[in-house]
Amino acid sequence: MQRIGVFVCHCGSNIAATVDVEKVVELVRMEPGVVHAEDYQYMCSEAGQAKIQAAIREKGLTGVVVCSCSPRMHEATFRKAADRAGLNPYMVEIANIREHCSWIHKDREEATKKALILARAAIAKVNLNAPLKPGESRVTKRALVIGGGIAGIQTALDIADAGYEVDIVEKTPSIGGRMSQLDKTFPTLDCSACILTPKMVEANAHEKIHIYTYSEVEKVSGFVGDFTVDIRKKARSVDMDKCTGCGVCQEKCPSKKTPSEFNRGLNNRSAIYTPFAQAIPNVPVIDREACIKFQTGKCGLCAKVCQAGAIDYEQKDEIITQKYGAIVVATGFDVIKLDAYDEYAYSQSKDVITSLELERIMNAAGPTKGHLERLSDGRAPKEMVFIQCVGSRCADQRGKSYCSKICCMYTAKHAMLIRDKYPDVNVTVFYIDVRTPGKNFDEFYRRAVEEYGVNYIKGQVGKVMPQPDGRLLVQGADLLDNKQILIEADMVVLAAAIEPDPSVRGIATMLTASIDTNNFLTEAHPKLRPVESPTAGVFLSGVCQGPKDIPETVAQAGAAAVKAIGLLAKDKLTTNPCTAHSDELLCNGCSTCANVCPYGAITYEDRQVNDHGIREVRRLAVVNNALCQGCGACTVACPSGAMDLQGFSNRQIIAEVDAICR
Amino acid sequence: MSIEAKEEFRPKIVAFCCNWCSYAGADLAGSSRLGYPADVKIIRVPCSCRVNPMFVLRAFEKGADGVILCGCHPGDCHYSTGNYYTRRRMALLFSMLDYIGVENGRTRVEWVSAAEGVKFSATMNEFVEKIRSLGENVRLEDLRCKN
Amino acid sequence: MNTPKKQVEQIREISGVDPYKCMKCGKCSASCPSYNEMDIKPHQFVSYVLREDIEALMQSRSLWKCLSCFACVERCPRDVKPGKLIDAARQMVLRQRGQEYLSPDEIPELLDPEIPQQLLVSAFRRYRR
Repeated sequence: MQRIGVFVCHCGSNIAATVDVEKVVELVRMEPGVVHAEDYQYMCSEAGQAKIQAAIREKGLTGVVVCSCSPRMHEATFRKAADRAGLNPYMVEIANIREHCSWIHKDREEATKKALILARAAIAKVNLNAPLKPGESRVTKRALVIGGGIAGIQTALDIADAGYEVDIVEKTPSIGGRMSQLDKTFPTLDCSACILTPKMVEANAHEKIHIYTYSEVEKVSGFVGDFTVDIRKKARSVDMDKCTGCGVCQEKCPSKKTPSEFNRGLNNRSAIYTPFAQAIPNVPVIDREACIKFQTGKCGLCAKVCQAGAIDYEQKDEIITQKYGAIVVATGFDVIKLDAYDEYAYSQSKDVITSLELERIMNAAGPTKGHLERLSDGRAPKEMVFIQCVGSRCADQRGKSYCSKICCMYTAKHAMLIRDKYPDVNVTVFYIDVRTPGKNFDEFYRRAVEEYGVNYIKGQVGKVMPQPDGRLLVQGADLLDNKQILIEADMVVLAAAIEPDPSVRGIATMLTASIDTNNFLTEAHPKLRPVESPTAGVFLSGVCQGPKDIPETVAQAGAAAVKAIGLLAKDKLTTNPCTAHSDELLCNGCSTCANVCPYGAITYEDRQVNDHGIREVRRLAVVNNALCQGCGACTVACPSGAMDLQGFSNRQIIAEVDAICR
Repeated sequence: MSIEAKEEFRPKIVAFCCNWCSYAGADLAGSSRLGYPADVKIIRVPCSCRVNPMFVLRAFEKGADGVILCGCHPGDCHYSTGNYYTRRRMALLFSMLDYIGVENGRTRVEWVSAAEGVKFSATMNEFVEKIRSLGENVRLEDLRCKN
Repeated sequence: MNTPKKQVEQIREISGVDPYKCMKCGKCSASCPSYNEMDIKPHQFVSYVLREDIEALMQSRSLWKCLSCFACVERCPRDVKPGKLIDAARQMVLRQRGQEYLSPDEIPELLDPEIPQQLLVSAFRRYRR
């Protein structure tokens, strides 16, 4: 029998307001094995931990139950405290009487009763706990960054500057991401390319950074400190070493009818292309779907004009297998599809555009060379309408439930830039709320109104109606004036919601990183661990975790890098000792467990066993503790009941069930 | 037997929650103060696939009125494939339990992610409501103990 | 007698609308084809329910100016559906005043030469029961 101490936390009034803590203490004393019980205001505080340690020493406790908040919060805290007092940390169990009890129940009597039952279950479990010793695993001193936008570049630079090798995997032909598509950035109106390009060059030149563009992560196995990743380097059809980036092939390419991804389909590109002039690497890619040579076998013009002889039609996809200690996800975002928003006539008129498309139009390297003009007829607009929250803050099936965060600011930026460059253009912005939290953000928005005379209207647009003369009739509401208004606009710009890049789903599955209903990656703790995934060794950078602007993205990218560096700096990691263990007297060597193990942690050995005096050699399952992650799939699959999971053994869980149903 | 004297039926419900998604979802329900009846008691397991059918049978043997298993959404399992095993094992177990008199409404597998505090609370409210409408459960007996 | 609280309950039950979901974006008013005819605008309906002033709603002209085109229902980003609220208020008026709310003799007075015939007939069918 264990000597168990029970420690009940008030958590200020968080627990004590709904749970009668004294009564719980009084009643747990009667439980088998309990030799000590006490309560305290804050068990997690220095003084609270000291109480636990004192009791361990003075009463010779062999098991501890802390009735407090979720074990996901403070299990580690209390286990460390016990360890310092000389008790094996795995002899500590937590009864979650805050998140699972006091916070969700109102009736004091009922909550107290439930808290007692939860405490009993934990006591019953501790009675069967056994001391466990964590193992060790090595750390591969190399990091992988998935995504080569500003988030990925910044993370890679920070990790590399700390002296570790970093690989960036980017699925498009160049790094740069969404930021490279932007013209100016708020609230200082820096030119986006001017601040991004130096970082791209720096990443490319860094001796510790290796960039795989036009590549995708194909397979991930392993675990924190020791991931093995397959990267598919898609065939570029151009030899990266030979190409000089002269650009003659792109000029001569006769197939020029593919919509340019970089310019959001506003103009066309050639079949052999680099997405934009400052692309890194400055090596083109042949789009085999569009290439005449690949489709019909005739042409080959690019190979003829290439003086470096870099064109290689025979190139094949290549799989690179590499080991990593840490993985940072920086997959970024895309703008939502607007098919469901027919009322804004996005699909009916070329002059209804998204804000990202306007960025390209405003950009000197864009489809209109930076001139603000209607895409339908090239005329300069006189009347422009901006519509906010298109697909953001929606409770229906059409849009996203969240606020996309960046639209208020970039719309103010667009409005300001247009009024600055073309003072004769009237700009009207329909808004629901203007949200400008951020340094110098509200001042920026006020400047758009006060200095540049942008007309902000509180209300939404109901419908955009293309007119026979090509203009757009915008019907909106002005809620403050209580009027319905009609504006004949030349261009309408939609602040479409942003969503995580669709590729993140597959990557999250490969990494077993959890993802929320909006496809944003979940953080380990929403406040205290915002850049870590619950999956150890996986870190989050940029919009893949939630909507962010550039300064926030860069800050988070740095934070993710620090977390990754913290991991890479360790030589050894302690592994979770809650691993599976096979009872050699019960195992019959049937291989069922090995078949369900997702980590290949179970192997078979012929071993001499002593079964009640009978000595014989049997085929037995052996668990590799370094590989086993402790899911327990094998324990249920085992037909002879030989497999059990340490820390969550059959007997322990049954004891909990019994205590709850008592 | 008088009808009025009968106390309100409070079921015993055991919820097995996987550490990575559903337990975190339950924590989120807690920190968001999304209530559900105190009849639900949660047991933390590393993965829903750790739940041996024996545990479910044991609960019904000890007088549970309902058992619910919560795991990560298919494809999102922290251990890649654990919840697929759960789904298959429990499909078989639940149909067997139904056959021996523990109605299908008393057993359930639900996928709740770490971000779905609302869903966790709603699921538990719904499940408790269902069990209340079904009333007290028949208690399974372990014949081996009877001699 | 119906208390304002009861009326609110009633209107919420008939319409199935949760007025708390509204974020005051005004897309309903922006979409409404008979906005200019209305004394209480579509985006204000929710406020009347929240303020428990159903009587004013039932007295309003807007009730009879709504074309039930459901553009607001279709486009509402928050699934509030102001059109359903208007519909429900209309139902309550009809329930209060009984079956024969509109008699054929009243029609000439209400007649507007610009209203298409078909609309009149359908409206008559609809509100006379």
